[in-house]
Amino acid sequence: MRYLPLDSTDRALMLARVGVAHVDELFADIPADKRLSALIDIPRAKSEIEVERALASLATRNVAAGSVPFFLGAGAYRHHVPASVDHLIQRSEFLTSYTPYQPEIAQGTSQVLFEFQTQVAALTGMEIANASMYDGSTACGEAVLMAHRLTRRKKAVLSGGLHPQYADVVATLANMASDEVNRLPPDILASEDIAAAIDDRTSCVVVQTPDFFGNLRDLAPIKAAAQAKGALLIAVFTEAASLGLVRSPGEMGADIVVGEGQSIGNALNFGGPYVGLFATQLKYVRQMPGRLAGETIDAEGKRSFVLTLSTREQHIRREKATSNICTNSGLCALAFSIHMSLLGQTGLQRLAKVNHANAVQLADRLAGLKGVSVVNECFFNEFTIRTPRAAGELIEALAKKGIIGGLPVSRLLPEAGLDDLIVVANTEMNSDADRAAYAAILAECL
Amino acid sequence: MLNNQGRPTRSGEASTADVATFTGNRALDMEEALIFETGRYEATGVDIEEPAPFASRLGPHARRGEIGLPGLSEPEALRHYVRLSRKNYSIDAGLYPLGSCTMKHNPRLNEKMARLAGFADIHPLQPTSTVQGALELIDDLARTLIAMTGMSAIAMSPKAGAHGELCGMMAIKAAIAARGEGATRNVVLVPESAHGTNPATAALIGFSVRSVPAGADGIVSPDAVRAALGPEVAAIMLTNPNTCGLFEREIVAIAEAVHEAGAFFYCDGANFNAIMGKTRPGDLGVDAMHINLHKTFSTPHGGGGPGAGPVVLSKALAPFAPVPYVVATDDTLGLIEHGKGSQAFGRMTAFNGQMGMFVRAMAFILSHGADGLKQASEDAVLSANYIRVCLNDLMSSPYGDRPCMHEALFDDRWLRETGLTTLDFAKAMIDEGYHPMTVYFPLVVHGAMLIEPTESESKVSLDLFIMTLRDLALSALGGERERFAAAPRLAPRRRLDETRAARQPVLKWTKPAPA
Repeated sequence: MRYLPLDSTDRALMLARVGVAHVDELFADIPADKRLSALIDIPRAKSEIEVERALASLATRNVAAGSVPFFLGAGAYRHHVPASVDHLIQRSEFLTSYTPYQPEIAQGTSQVLFEFQTQVAALTGMEIANASMYDGSTACGEAVLMAHRLTRRKKAVLSGGLHPQYADVVATLANMASDEVNRLPPDILASEDIAAAIDDRTSCVVVQTPDFFGNLRDLAPIKAAAQAKGALLIAVFTEAASLGLVRSPGEMGADIVVGEGQSIGNALNFGGPYVGLFATQLKYVRQMPGRLAGETIDAEGKRSFVLTLSTREQHIRREKATSNICTNSGLCALAFSIHMSLLGQTGLQRLAKVNHANAVQLADRLAGLKGVSVVNECFFNEFTIRTPRAAGELIEALAKKGIIGGLPVSRLLPEAGLDDLIVVANTEMNSDADRAAYAAILAECL
Repeated sequence: MLNNQGRPTRSGEASTADVATFTGNRALDMEEALIFETGRYEATGVDIEEPAPFASRLGPHARRGEIGLPGLSEPEALRHYVRLSRKNYSIDAGLYPLGSCTMKHNPRLNEKMARLAGFADIHPLQPTSTVQGALELIDDLARTLIAMTGMSAIAMSPKAGAHGELCGMMAIKAAIAARGEGATRNVVLVPESAHGTNPATAALIGFSVRSVPAGADGIVSPDAVRAALGPEVAAIMLTNPNTCGLFEREIVAIAEAVHEAGAFFYCDGANFNAIMGKTRPGDLGVDAMHINLHKTFSTPHGGGGPGAGPVVLSKALAPFAPVPYVVATDDTLGLIEHGKGSQAFGRMTAFNGQMGMFVRAMAFILSHGADGLKQASEDAVLSANYIRVCLNDLMSSPYGDRPCMHEALFDDRWLRETGLTTLDFAKAMIDEGYHPMTVYFPLVVHGAMLIEPTESESKVSLDLFIMTLRDLALSALGGERERFAAAPRLAPRRRLDETRAARQPVLKWTKPAPA
């Protein structure tokens, strides 16, 4: 077996040194009647060629986004990732290292995390950010728990513009922890009166912008309403690239900002691994979940970086920890950070502008089709169209003609009576030809 | 001595420790500034053309002013990250004996497979008709993990070990609520030796935690569990093999006692690498167990994630598994994304779990096969025992001479007379070119040193590691304090002031005030 260096001679010598005749003697603590006598029922070892063949045959049965005109977003976005990003994250020293628990020989990862935190704080307009979470949705769940700890209240109000699966994650956690959730109905036009839902028991309001339907929202009035009742504002985004062009959540007064960082540096990966971004104000740091890298000096006074404030964390605090989280999304955070370093604000702003320009073009094109309307007033690179035919059927029909046309809202909100809505995303990856093809084939399918 | 060109082959006797350089660099070990100190706001390493003028639809939401993100050209970026990478220890560079972490070889085939466009470039919400191969891979991996563990069902979506624990405990909580005991069963038993995530997970969803002591032999006795059980107990969370590197040999009796009391058995599967193909948790009475794909199935640790923590479930818990999951209908595979009308307890995360990790784990499993996985566990256990017997005349083992599973545990009694600590010993290993073992965990063992070599080390590598640790141990016992107290002396950094980092937190770069 190509990955196992020991051979039978080595094993015999080692068994002799250990003082046992057979390796099974080392497993003697397993109850005799529970030991497996036969091999488990899966195939035997395969060569590298055989494994490649087996997996490639599965891969070819999927329609890769890059092989068709592709307009799906809804929380995961197809952006261009510079070749150097994937090269760098495959450096052995990044790929095959552990969490930097021995900082003297992990300054690479530690400094990267410090730089990542600085980038995320700048991007979100917040004072501090952590070293990342699993993804945007779980970061959202953790943000609500953090707000509960900070306010000593247990009720979250979720905007109807929040990604439905993010809301599901929050609701699942709340249900398990006996916390309260007020989930407002789907809010297609960003017209809900969220202030009216905030009461004296509300710990936080969770509002996404750009929201699930693509609308841009002004968080400042919501912050004011929350603050008046002693509640916190949690701002959510699923499209990190939007922050190149739209106002940052920090500027609008968010107390906690969580988002999905996949757009920058990371592939679609069918939903994971992604990278959750988590930012807040310094005064809240002791209640923040997740790893944090900080600056310090070594014994010779040289600037160094180290994981810090770990007294919040489970390996020290056990059941009193701020979270059970024990990892971050290190390599995805590295990919995010490298891509962001390459972009810089100049590149990010241009990238965002191209996305917005393309989306505006597509929205105008689709709005010109008979029976189709764009519901959004303001949007970034994603918007919602109303169609004269059931959206689910339309998307299937488009797929049969080689177009991935977006997300039928009914897939994530099957009981909302929103069967004629499609959420459509347009990034820098879409060409004029893609947009023309989409409009033409959509017209055929209507 | 001179070579045949008459040049000296030795550079003299001076120590290198006090060589000062203008740059602060030490040859290949280079200092590297932060991107915020070298990058410029107007610079970018990505060529993007400005779009033609158009009517913005941002309305009043447009951003004004600087973001504060510097850019780097591609060569600058490459150099920055390559230099940083060289300050990291890695499995590819050396033995990484971190107990409880299973730092095994990461095959590059797995990376290549995960990057196939058919896996990396597919969206989680594409029509399921366009992702049949992806669903089949998830289904294949699910079935394989079920076969390996002898369980009934699996939840694939958890994103890490601790997330898997949370998923398993949520399934248990849902099952208890379905029996109408939600209000009364609210205690979870956790042995003192458990990973910190276990009590943190239980507490996160409203359980209170009751500690169970381990015996003097390092394992939990059925009597201790029985003494802690009662009608208020929802579950026990037990790691097996446990964090002391021992198989909980009374596990069947413990499972029976737990079930008799109406509670569930959560097994922390962090150490599954020791028992692949040797025994199945399902046969031992386990109700739920997470599997760390980043440990046992070698998806890379990546400097701290991403991982993946699917949870296998017993028949009793299977109905409560969260969405999403893959189902077979006629000749196609579907994805169940909504739990309404079922007992599914909810959703752990947006989308479908860590597909990138699923592909890597599947490549690892296919490569090894049933025979190779069993061999891997046997080699991991043999290697750990080999290290144990080769060191236990010098270092002290808390539980005597009994065989261990895939990690060898030592305590610090043997250091007592030397005035040195486990940390000193660990830091001296760094100067010898090794990453230290896990130290001070499990908490129940004083000054613990937990060594997990995995199956990936050759005998030559193990022998050199053993000789190095023996040399260090003899040096410690011989009173050579300076080798330890000042260690590491040769790493990119000396010991860090961690107290300063925590007392005066500096968590991001800030522009220095103009002088």
